[in-house]
Amino acid sequence: MTLTKHLLGAAATLALFAGAATADPALIYDLGGKFDKSFNEAAFNGATKWATETGGTFKDLEITAEAQREQALRQLAGAGFNPVVTTGFGMSDPIAAVAPDFPDTKFVTIDGYVDPAAHPNVLSIGFAEHEGSYLVGMMAGMKSTTGTVGFIGGMDIPLIRKFGCGYAQGVVAAKADAKVILNMTGTDPSAWNNPTKGAEIAQAQKSQGADVIFAAAGGTGMGVLQSAKDQGILSIGVDSNQNHLFPGSVLTSMLKRVDVAVYDAMKAGPDLETGVKGLNLASDGVGYAMDENNADLVTPEMIAAVDAAAAKIKSGELVVHDYMSDNTCPAAQF
Amino acid sequence: MEKMPRWADVLLVPLISLIIAFLISGLVILAIGQNPVEAMRVMVTGALGSSYGWGYTLYYATNFMFTGLAVSVAFHASLFNIGGEGQATLGGLGVALVCLLIPWPHWSLALAAAIVAAAAFGAIWAAIPAYLQAKRGSHIVITTIMFNFIAAALLNYLLVNVLRPQGSMDPASARFAPTTNLPELGAMLNAVGIPFAKGTPANISLLLALVCAVAVWVLLWHTRLGFEIRSFGKSQKAAQYAGINPVRITMVAMLISGGLAGMMAINTVQGEANRLLLNSVEGAGFIGIAVALMGRNHPFGVVLASILFGFLYQGGAELALWTQIPRELITVIQGLVILFTGALGYMVQKPVEALFMRRRGAR
Repeated sequence: MTLTKHLLGAAATLALFAGAATADPALIYDLGGKFDKSFNEAAFNGATKWATETGGTFKDLEITAEAQREQALRQLAGAGFNPVVTTGFGMSDPIAAVAPDFPDTKFVTIDGYVDPAAHPNVLSIGFAEHEGSYLVGMMAGMKSTTGTVGFIGGMDIPLIRKFGCGYAQGVVAAKADAKVILNMTGTDPSAWNNPTKGAEIAQAQKSQGADVIFAAAGGTGMGVLQSAKDQGILSIGVDSNQNHLFPGSVLTSMLKRVDVAVYDAMKAGPDLETGVKGLNLASDGVGYAMDENNADLVTPEMIAAVDAAAAKIKSGELVVHDYMSDNTCPAAQF
Repeated sequence: MEKMPRWADVLLVPLISLIIAFLISGLVILAIGQNPVEAMRVMVTGALGSSYGWGYTLYYATNFMFTGLAVSVAFHASLFNIGGEGQATLGGLGVALVCLLIPWPHWSLALAAAIVAAAAFGAIWAAIPAYLQAKRGSHIVITTIMFNFIAAALLNYLLVNVLRPQGSMDPASARFAPTTNLPELGAMLNAVGIPFAKGTPANISLLLALVCAVAVWVLLWHTRLGFEIRSFGKSQKAAQYAGINPVRITMVAMLISGGLAGMMAINTVQGEANRLLLNSVEGAGFIGIAVALMGRNHPFGVVLASILFGFLYQGGAELALWTQIPRELITVIQGLVILFTGALGYMVQKPVEALFMRRRGAR
């Protein structure tokens, strides 16, 4: 009897969701989780902004295992959600596997890349993290009095090297003889959410002379920012604007407008234009954050120099080397 | 003193522990303003209510069977192998190398080679801590857990710098050739006329895990080596006096344990992802400890406990998908199950035993 009840329940659940969910957008967060104060949270903020503006509703989901990537895509696409927006490069391969089975559903991979010729219903959004990192690197180089600055990444993966490489180029551009200390937090995914370890590395970098530290490490960055404040040095936030977390101690934040990407995708809805979209300085996809929390830290000369470099990057006069293009970095050794 | 009947010890006690764990989980769900009955229904229907759900439940269970058996074998020699995570990581490397470097004409040959490679890589990774324990007395708990980190660092280095295809953002190996893809459980069952959902990750590795469970049972209770392992585990001094070589037993038990943990990677790397991911073990090495504990270090207990944890994983995924219950709560439920069935097992065992004694006394 109980079995029949379960089966009926299952059917009822499916019917319920199939009916309620038609053409609502869905958002799947990467393994780091929704409230990481950084990458995934930016996606959530973008979706929330869309929901409050339009009065629409969206379904969001935090996965907990690799095998759930494909499972979640299939379930959400099957239940009628459209478009299905995902964050993190780990989603590109599962999307390539699922997309052909749901030709009428639009999939979005932020940070990932899916061949647009083979999968016409997928939008791949990539960010020029190296350009934004270059600008905050310049700020770090100009602000540093010791001539040594730090970089703390999450895991040693190509994406984080791209951040670190752009940053190091910016530092060297501002102060040719500056030293950049590069560290990664760990070797397994817990490195994205290990504030204690982040704080330890920040201390180690300070003892080596660093007085500005850029954290590109998800939730681990919170520990870096906290430790920088405790030690009286400066930090640089990442992805979201993190200036407000420790006012007066966060020099700036390297903005990666994941929120804008999600907002735009949800606003376009099922009519989303697919293909490959690059978000860079010119399209305001990346940048640096200025607000009342860091106004006293950044001098007008710094802003002028950084904006001049930004203008050059936008016009193509200045090209920041992208680590991903050839797996080498002119300004740093990984 | 008479003991309670065996069926009560093996089935009733874990069942009561489980019910208590779920009741407390229900209270927690109630406390965050959600409906526990609805949550339970979503979990059960999502994980066990359809062949689709079973496909995922059994996929996760397969991982836990391998790592659970690995922990059990070592445990019978009173060695606490908490390096299953690292051994499975290395096993994944073995599987990937075999699948990437050799163009296999058929999956069965690839599987045979993958079994050998996964077991060998896992065993080698366990051999170093085992040697240090046997010869130098370095405690196996410390060394195996340290080897988990070394394995993670090694895999990270190899994936980012060696195995990653040029230009790929993802720190993962290239895709394996389609000829190495293992048959899905769904396809296999459909072939013999049993309807089963397609597109689920459960694959032929499940059968391999079950074969391993039987093999471990035979090894431990029906061979001379198994007797030596168990004697050594019960009392090292007595075993030594009886002529059992402690170095040999430590090494052999850990090699088997590491080999079993390594074979887990066949399920995730070759069976599911078809490429080597940075995160292909995902904590299954640690869940294996809980599974072994709950299964009382008996292979068949391990199989049942694995299915329970597979249910928790798949049910948890459904919970996250269809309710507003945050994913952290699924970890809470898993923690409560481990707490009550493992750590607090005696809490239930004693009262149940007393109950049986009283009934027997009254009669």
